[in-house]
Amino acid sequence: MNSLIPLLVAAPLAGAALLLLGGPALDRFGHWLATALAALSFGFGLALFSDMLGRGAEHRAVGQHLFSWIPVNGFQADVSFRLDQLSMTFVLLITGVGTLIHLYSVGYMAHDERRRRFFAYLNLFLAAMLLLVVADNYLLLYVGWEGVGLASYLLIGFWQHKPSAATAAKKAFIVNRVGDMGLSIAIMLMFVEFGSFAFDPVFGGASRASEGRLTAIGLMLLLAACGKSAQVPLQSWLGDAMEGPTPVSALIHAATMVTAGVYLITRSAAIFNLAPDAQTAVVVVGAVTLLFGAIVGCAKDDIKKALAGSTMSQIGYMILVAGLGPIGYAFAIMHLVTHGFFKAGLFLGAGSVMHGMNDEVSMRHYGGLRKYMPVTFVTFGLGYLAIIGFPGLSGFFSKDKIIEAAFAKGGTEGWILGLCALVGTTVTAFYMTRVMLLTFFGEKRWQPDAEGNAPHPHESPKTMTIPMILLAIGSVFAGGLFALNDSFLTWLEPVTGHAEGNSPLAPLTVTLLTTACMLAGVGLSYVMYGRSAVPVVPPVGSPLTRAARRDLLQDEFNHAALVRPGSALTATLVYFDSRGLDGFVNGLAATIGGVSSRLRRVQNGFVRSYALSMFGGTLLLVATTLLMRSF
Amino acid sequence: MSTTGMLAAAGGSTPSIPAPHIEYGQLSPMLVVFGAAVAGVLVEAFVPRRFRYWSQVTLALIGLAGAFVAVVVLAAQGRGTTRMDLLAMESVAMDGPALFLQGVILLAAVVAVLTYAERRLEPKASSLPADAFAAQASATPGGEQERAAVRAGFGTTEVFPLTMFAVGGMLLFPAANDLLTMFVALEVFSLPLYLLCALARRRRLLSQEAAVKYFLLGAFSSAFFLFGTALLYGYAGSVKLGDIADVISGKAMMTPALLSTTRTDALLLTGLAMLAVGLLFKVGAVPFHAWIPDVYQGAPTPVTGFMAAATKVAAFGAFLRLFYVAFPGLRLDWRPVMWGVAILTMVVGAVLAVTQQDVKRLLAYSSIAHAGFILTGVIAVNKQGLGSVLFYLLAYSFVTLGAFAVVTLVRDSKGEATHLSSWAGLGRRSPLVAAVFALFLLAFAGIPLTSGFTGKFAVFQAAAAGGAIPLVIVGVLSSAVAAFFYIRVIVLMFFSDPKPGGPTVAIPSAFTATAIGAGVLVTLVLGLLPQYFLDLASKAALFVR
Repeated sequence: MNSLIPLLVAAPLAGAALLLLGGPALDRFGHWLATALAALSFGFGLALFSDMLGRGAEHRAVGQHLFSWIPVNGFQADVSFRLDQLSMTFVLLITGVGTLIHLYSVGYMAHDERRRRFFAYLNLFLAAMLLLVVADNYLLLYVGWEGVGLASYLLIGFWQHKPSAATAAKKAFIVNRVGDMGLSIAIMLMFVEFGSFAFDPVFGGASRASEGRLTAIGLMLLLAACGKSAQVPLQSWLGDAMEGPTPVSALIHAATMVTAGVYLITRSAAIFNLAPDAQTAVVVVGAVTLLFGAIVGCAKDDIKKALAGSTMSQIGYMILVAGLGPIGYAFAIMHLVTHGFFKAGLFLGAGSVMHGMNDEVSMRHYGGLRKYMPVTFVTFGLGYLAIIGFPGLSGFFSKDKIIEAAFAKGGTEGWILGLCALVGTTVTAFYMTRVMLLTFFGEKRWQPDAEGNAPHPHESPKTMTIPMILLAIGSVFAGGLFALNDSFLTWLEPVTGHAEGNSPLAPLTVTLLTTACMLAGVGLSYVMYGRSAVPVVPPVGSPLTRAARRDLLQDEFNHAALVRPGSALTATLVYFDSRGLDGFVNGLAATIGGVSSRLRRVQNGFVRSYALSMFGGTLLLVATTLLMRSF
Repeated sequence: MSTTGMLAAAGGSTPSIPAPHIEYGQLSPMLVVFGAAVAGVLVEAFVPRRFRYWSQVTLALIGLAGAFVAVVVLAAQGRGTTRMDLLAMESVAMDGPALFLQGVILLAAVVAVLTYAERRLEPKASSLPADAFAAQASATPGGEQERAAVRAGFGTTEVFPLTMFAVGGMLLFPAANDLLTMFVALEVFSLPLYLLCALARRRRLLSQEAAVKYFLLGAFSSAFFLFGTALLYGYAGSVKLGDIADVISGKAMMTPALLSTTRTDALLLTGLAMLAVGLLFKVGAVPFHAWIPDVYQGAPTPVTGFMAAATKVAAFGAFLRLFYVAFPGLRLDWRPVMWGVAILTMVVGAVLAVTQQDVKRLLAYSSIAHAGFILTGVIAVNKQGLGSVLFYLLAYSFVTLGAFAVVTLVRDSKGEATHLSSWAGLGRRSPLVAAVFALFLLAFAGIPLTSGFTGKFAVFQAAAAGGAIPLVIVGVLSSAVAAFFYIRVIVLMFFSDPKPGGPTVAIPSAFTATAIGAGVLVTLVLGLLPQYFLDLASKAALFVR
C-alpha cells in the first residue's frame, strides 16, 4: 500500500511531462488526460486514506523510501516520503480540490489555443505541491517548494501576451525568491545544527539545540512561509497574481501555494514549540496580515482582488493560530481545509460571473446577476456564508475555534490577539457582503466591453457548475463534520500534539461575540451598499480607502524601502564591481587565456618535441621519486 | 631449463615442464573476444566482399555480448567479491576491479562498434553505403588507386577484428597480475589502435600523421614500461605484483641474492617511476599527454571515442592494480610525485582547453583534465578511492562515447565540421542534437543530476578522506576553469546566430542513435539514481593478491 505514495506525485508529474512533450497530437484530449491523472492521484489518496483509517492512531504515519541520492559520510540526501495525518489531510485537499479545478478549467479554458500547455502546468503545480507535503526531509520539501514557485510563475504569466500578466508573474517569482532564500538558509542551519535534513533527526534533536539557534531557524522558516503564503511583509505578489486565468487563482488560493506556508510552520512544530520568540513573530505576522488583507479587501472593486485580500486575511488567521503552538496547530489546518472549500468555490464562482460578463472584473459593472446565474448565485452565496462564519456552515466552526485559541493565549497578548481576530471577523463580513451585494443584487450596472458588445450574462456550462456545486457542499458541511466530537482534532493530534489553553472567556461567550461581530459587519455593509444605489464610477473616498485601493501602499512602500535603496546599492556595487572585482576577474580570465595561448605553442605538432617533453617528464619523475626517499 | 632436462624430455621419459593450468571458464570473457577477433580475420579472408560488413558487425556484437554475459555470470557466481582467484599460473587476477572494468570496457566497446557500423552519414560512394573508414587503407591519399577504391565501393571492414583484438588486450590489461603479462596486454591493445587511427576516410593525411605520432610515442613509452619491469625484476627477483609487494614490505624469504639487490632502493624507485611513465602515457597525464590532442583529432571519430573511453578505463585499471597491489608499501614515495602529476594534469588540461577552436581537440584536452580528476581518486589509496575511480570510469566512458558520437553527426560538404565556429547556433537548427551534446558537456563539467557530478563528487570525497585536501581544492578550481569552456560551447550552440551555409546535422541510422541514446541514458541514470552503481563499484573495490 505504501508504494502508492510515490505514485501520488508521479501521476500528475507524468501528466505534465506527457502534455509538454507530447506535442499537438495531444491537443484534442490532453485536458481530459490531465484531469484524469489528477483524479487518479485523488483516487490513490483515498485508497491510502482508507488504509490509514484501518490502523490505530499511533500507527497511521507511514514512510516510503524510494532511493538515496548520493549518500556519503555525513551527508544523506534521500528521496523518501512520509504520509501521516497531516500530509494525508493536505493530499486529500490538494488532489480533491485540484481535480475539481481541473474539471472546471476544461470549460473555462475551452477556447484557449494553448489549453494543453495550461493543463500541463496545472498538473505540474499539483505534483510539486504533493511532493512538498509528502516529503520526509526538508531538502525534498524544498524541491517541491521550488516546483510550486515555478508552476505558479508559469501559470500567473500564462497570458504572457499581456504585459501586466508577465509583470505579475515576475513579481510573484521574485517576491517568492526572498522566501525561498529563507527556507534554504533554514535548511543549512538545520544541517549545521543537526547534521541532517530529515524530519526525525531534526525534530528529535531540537530539544538538545540552543534556543538561539532554534529561533534563527524558526525565523527563517517564517520568512519562507511569508513568501509562499503571502503574509506581511511578502504579501505584495498575491493581488497581482490575479492576472492569471481564474482557475489558477482558485488553485493558488485554495489548494496549493498559499497553504504551503501554513504546512511548513505546522510541520516544523517541534522547532517552533521550543522557540517562543519565533512563535511570537509568527503570531504578529499573522495578526497584522489578517487585518491588512481584510482592509484591502474592503476597498477593491475588482472581484478577484477583493477575494485575494480575503485570502491573505484568512491565511493570516491560520498563521496566527499556528503561532500559538499546540493549542492552535490543529485549528490552523482545520481552517485551511474549510477555507480550501469555500475559497475555491468563491473563485470558481467569480470566474463563472466573469465568464458570463465578457471577462469584466469590476463589481461596479455587475449588479442584479442572481436571476441570470442561479447556480453561480447559490454556490457563491453558500461560500459567502461560510467565509463570514455564518452559524452552522464550515467557516463558523473553524474560525470560532481560532478566535477561542487566540483568547486562550492568555494575558494581554491573548486579549490583543482575540480582539484583532474579532475585528477581522467584522471586516470580513463587511467586505464579503459588499461583494455579494454589488455582484448579485441591486441595479444592473452593466457596461459594454471594449468592442462595444453589451454583456449577456448566462449560466456557465456543466463542467464549470458541477465543481462549484461540489465545493459548495464542502463549504456547508465540512466544518460541522470536523467539529463533531472534535473529530478533526483527534485525527491530527498524534502529529501536531494538542494542548487546551485557558481562555478568559467561556466558549459560548466567544461564539456569541463572533456571531455578533459578523452580524455587525453584514449590517454595516447592507446599509452602505444594499440600501442605496452604487455609483458606477468609484467615489473619491477617504484617505484610508484610497490607500487600501492601492493595497495600503505596499508597492510604494516596497519601492521606497527596498527597490530604491536596492538600486542604489546595486549601482554602487556595479561601480566597484566594474572597477575592482571585474578587473580582477577579467584579469584572471585574461591571464588564463594568455597562459593557454602561450602553452598551446608547446603543442607544435612535431613528434620530436613531444618525445623530448616525455623524456624530460620521465627524468623529472624518476628524480623526484628518488628525492622523496632522501627526505 | 637444464641440458639434462632437455635430454630427459627427448628421451621420452617424464616431462620436466608441467603443463600450465588454465582456468578456461574464468578467462572466458577474454577468450570469447579473442576468438571473435580471430574469426573476424577469417571472415576477412574468405567471405565475399559484399557480405563482409554485415558479418563483421554481427560477429563483433555477438562476441562482445557473449563476453559481457560471461562477465555477468562470473560476477553472479561471486567471483570478484567472495571468491577471488589468481588464474593461468598466477598471471591473471580474477577480482572485483578486474571484472568491473572488464564489464565497462565491453559495454563501451559495444557502443563504439555501433558507431563504427554507421553507414548513413557519409554520402554514398557509387551507390554503395560508406562508413567513416578509408576505402582502401594502403592506397596513397588523393591518388588514382584511392579514387578507384572509392568508386568500387571498397571498405576497410578490418576495423572490426582490429577493434576486437584491442578489446581483448584491454580486458587483460587491468587483470594482469604480473608485469610481463601487463606489458603483453599493453602491446596487444596498442598495436591495433595505432592502425585504427590511420584509417579515416576523410583527411587521410592528418589521420596517418596521427597514427605515426601515436605509434612512435607509444613505442617510446612502452620502452620505459619494459625498462621499469626489468629494473623491478632486478630488485625483487620476480615480476609478480604480489611478490614485489612482499619484498618491499620485507615479508619475503630473504635469499642471498635478494639481500644484495635490495640493499639500496634505487632500482626499485627508478623502476617504479618508469612503470608509472608507461601508464601515465596511456591515460594521458601531463607531461605525457602531448599525443592526445593530435591523435584524437586525426583519428576517425568513432575510433577516437573508443580510444578515449576504453583505453582510459583499461589503463587506469592497470594503474590501480600496480599501485594498490605492488606498491602500497611505497605510498610515501610515490604519492607526492603523483600529487604533482595530478595537479599538473588537471591544470594544464583545463587551461589549454580554454583556447581550443576545434571540438575534437577540445574534447581531447577535456579528457586530459579528466585523467587528472581520476588520478586524485587513485592517490587516495583506500577502498573508497578505488570504488570511486571505478564508478568514475564507468560514468566517464559513456559520456565520452556519446559526445564523440554526436561529433560525427555535425557535418558539411568536407565531412565532419569540427571547427567550433561552425557549431554556432546549432541549438536553433537541431535542438535535440544540441540538447544532447549540452547534456554531455554538463556531465563533463560535473553539473549535478548528471553522472559527471556523481563521479567527481565521489573521487574528490575519497581524496579528501585520504588527506589530499589541497588536491581537491586544485581539482575544484580546475573544474571551474573547465566549466568555462564547456559552457562556452553551450552558449555558442544556443545563443549565437547560425552561420549561413554552416554545417547540417545528419540523420544517423539506428546504430549511432542507439549509441547516443545509451550515452544519454547512462549519464542520466548515474546522475539521478547512482546508488546501485555506487554500491556495485564499492563492492567490487577489492584487489586479490
